[in-house]
Amino acid sequence: MIAVTWAETVSSAVSEQLPKTADAVVIGGGVVGTSIAYHLAKKGFGSVVLLERSYLACGSTGRCGAGVRQQWGTRLNCLLSIASVRAFERMDEELGYGRSIEFKQGGYLLIAYTRREMEQFTKNVELQLSLDIPVSLLTPREAGKIVPILNTDDIYCATFCPTDGHANPFHVTYAYATAGRRLGAKIHTFTDACEILTESGKVEGVRTNKGTISTKVVINAAGPYSGVVARMTGLDIPFYPERHQILVTEPVEPVLGPMVMSFSRRYYCQQTPHGSFIMGMGDPKEKPGFLTSSTWEFLVEMAEEITKVLPPIGELSVVRQWAGLYDMTPDAHPILGGTPVDGFYLACGFSGHGFMLAPVTGELISEIVCDEEPSIDIHGLDLGRFERGELVIEPSVV
Amino acid sequence: MNKKTDREEAMDAAEITVVCRCEDVTLEEIRDLIREGYTTAEEIKRITRCGMGPCQGRTCRELLLAELARASGRKIDEVAPTKYRPPAKPIRLGGIIEGDSSDLG
Repeated sequence: MIAVTWAETVSSAVSEQLPKTADAVVIGGGVVGTSIAYHLAKKGFGSVVLLERSYLACGSTGRCGAGVRQQWGTRLNCLLSIASVRAFERMDEELGYGRSIEFKQGGYLLIAYTRREMEQFTKNVELQLSLDIPVSLLTPREAGKIVPILNTDDIYCATFCPTDGHANPFHVTYAYATAGRRLGAKIHTFTDACEILTESGKVEGVRTNKGTISTKVVINAAGPYSGVVARMTGLDIPFYPERHQILVTEPVEPVLGPMVMSFSRRYYCQQTPHGSFIMGMGDPKEKPGFLTSSTWEFLVEMAEEITKVLPPIGELSVVRQWAGLYDMTPDAHPILGGTPVDGFYLACGFSGHGFMLAPVTGELISEIVCDEEPSIDIHGLDLGRFERGELVIEPSVV
Repeated sequence: MNKKTDREEAMDAAEITVVCRCEDVTLEEIRDLIREGYTTAEEIKRITRCGMGPCQGRTCRELLLAELARASGRKIDEVAPTKYRPPAKPIRLGGIIEGDSSDLG
């Protein structure tokens, strides 16, 4: 019998001392933070330290619906998600994680239930096709061919993009962390960023519960806690956390290829490669806040809705429900880039799309921190847009 | 006595011990992950799905915690357990809206 001892796990970052200095500190060990740490290390930016107050992917990442789509209503979101899908496609190979990130490109089937929604979809498809996203506008009958268990009553039309899909958020996060560590990034879990030290409007360091790191660069990737982290530098960002609930069923044979989603009815549902169905619904009555408890009301509402949309799913049992936080901005687009505080960068406000945008976010933030021209023009996603009144409204969100 | 299946034979030959029966997770996989540096029950649950199946960890939760305790030289009650999530028992989606209490057992 082989006894595993703690001594054998010394390779783990948990036992490592917090460094006294770093070239960059990333706050937040979700998928966005680990992607940024990996991309900075890959660019050879210098010493990169990531701080996570609990374990990796414990927050919004590990609670998310895991979908990856390119069907958006704004050019910018389309461009960001095209780049992310390409990254997901090559991720198993690129990151050398040893396990699969379980990227399944079963497509997204978006359903329009109102005339207005149909008009919006028609505009979206035109935009998406102009960017070479392989999307098609479908009649209810055609939608029923793609998802035979779909109830096509009340449907105006649908759109389908076969290269959309979903991946496993835990594996993606651990894959970035593993690859980042291999390139020299230091990942410190159970390490709390308590204070960001600044002097004359410049970042000077981060004080943690395990010591202080002196650094000129801090990247805020704290998901729903990004507002709290930004206030450590005196910045107020227009941003609020919002609970979203979700549930998973027992696993069954594959019967649902795509993610099925509706904006007007606010539901989404996918079958994972493992066989279980993951589904969630937005609640317009939800108030801003950090609450992540689950409710019986959600279970009832979700059950009512999904048995109308995909009736055979009513036979499946729910094994687990949970909730996570969206990090909402006024225009449902992320805030990416520098701030008035020199050396302090934001990668937050993903409004429920942080998982799918994490790969491209890591690339773009590492380019910005390295003072390179970003590979996608994202100056419109800066913090200043709210003051300038230049919001980038996304019409297609759950 | 029933004849062993091919899988059971192979498992005996390889000295494999199943920890999570719902998701087919072995003790060997868990030990490999501990060696790789995954030191919390939550992380190992998320990577292997140990405890995520229909029984929600009724057997394997304690086994996983025991292994982590052993590896770190701690007592089992010093190892942070994974979160319990509702519902306490699997419940049919259709049953929820019909108000069918037979699922609640």
